[in-house]
Amino acid sequence: MTDNTKVIEIIKAMAGIIHENAQFLTDLDAPIGDNDHGINMDRGFRKVLEDLPGLEGKDIGAILKKVGMDLVSTVGGSSGPLYGTAFMKAGAVAAGKNEIDANDFIAIMDAALGGVQLRGKAEKGEKTMVDAMIPAIEAMKKGVEEGKAPGEFLKDGVAAAKEGVEYTKTIIATKGRASYVGERSIGHQDPGATSFTFVLEAIAAAY
Amino acid sequence: MVGIVIVSHSKKLAEGVVELSRLIAGECPMVAAGGLDDGGFGTSYEKIEEAINSVYSDDGVAVIMDLGSSCMTTEMVIESMEGKKVEMIDCPMVEGAAAAAAEAESGSTLEEVKKAAMEAAGESKF
Repeated sequence: MTDNTKVIEIIKAMAGIIHENAQFLTDLDAPIGDNDHGINMDRGFRKVLEDLPGLEGKDIGAILKKVGMDLVSTVGGSSGPLYGTAFMKAGAVAAGKNEIDANDFIAIMDAALGGVQLRGKAEKGEKTMVDAMIPAIEAMKKGVEEGKAPGEFLKDGVAAAKEGVEYTKTIIATKGRASYVGERSIGHQDPGATSFTFVLEAIAAAY
Repeated sequence: MVGIVIVSHSKKLAEGVVELSRLIAGECPMVAAGGLDDGGFGTSYEKIEEAINSVYSDDGVAVIMDLGSSCMTTEMVIESMEGKKVEMIDCPMVEGAAAAAAEAESGSTLEEVKKAAMEAAGESKF
């Protein structure tokens, strides 16, 4: 499915899509959070971009782990420890590997989700990034089981993540900063679910 | 003596809590880890790590946090410090810090400091 060189290209694409949408993500965060999600994620991925040249030739696990550490140390908001843990757990699954197949990719995504849930203690239905991650991973798993090509199952994943984002508009936030505004969070889509969808779109765009 | 670290999204808030607690317990090693390196709002992994190390002794360090990512970022720092005696305390930041500092200054253990800070959560102001 991918080798370590392509992983670096994909991470560059993630940084690009987050940068392009930084203002949008921050604006989503304004009414229900603390108005910094896009700025924070962009700051994190700027640092990742700086460090990517030094990661050429490293195995996929090492690359993902470094991305995670960069995000933890530079993002500054909750998305730092959340995305940071996701990438670090993903990196642990890919440790020592220079190439991964579709099943490895699913295992990596499962580990990332596990990392987010471990750190944020979030379950489905609490208006968080988990509400995009769970359906996206389920859809991709199904696609892999059906023998679909990466381009196809990733497309399914992005579609499911987008549906997850739409779902977050309909529910009250009970986790994270948005829980302070309670019922007023209805009607607003979750910024973290949205940024996860962008990250997945960056992966899908490579196929 | 147990050291105390105050973690906040705001540099001013963390420093203010330290200043206020020092009025009560000036001898307690206590340090602020607030805001990002550029002074903006957020929590910095490196600042928290440095702060814990700066007040660390065998007696341990109690960390008191404000909202959201303060807890998650602190948790990650502590996970990286395997074998060190560092604990997060679930308490209101101002009251907990004052209680923890007073307890620490009297030479109490980390467990006792933690207990004193957590008890502050249940105290009414009037």
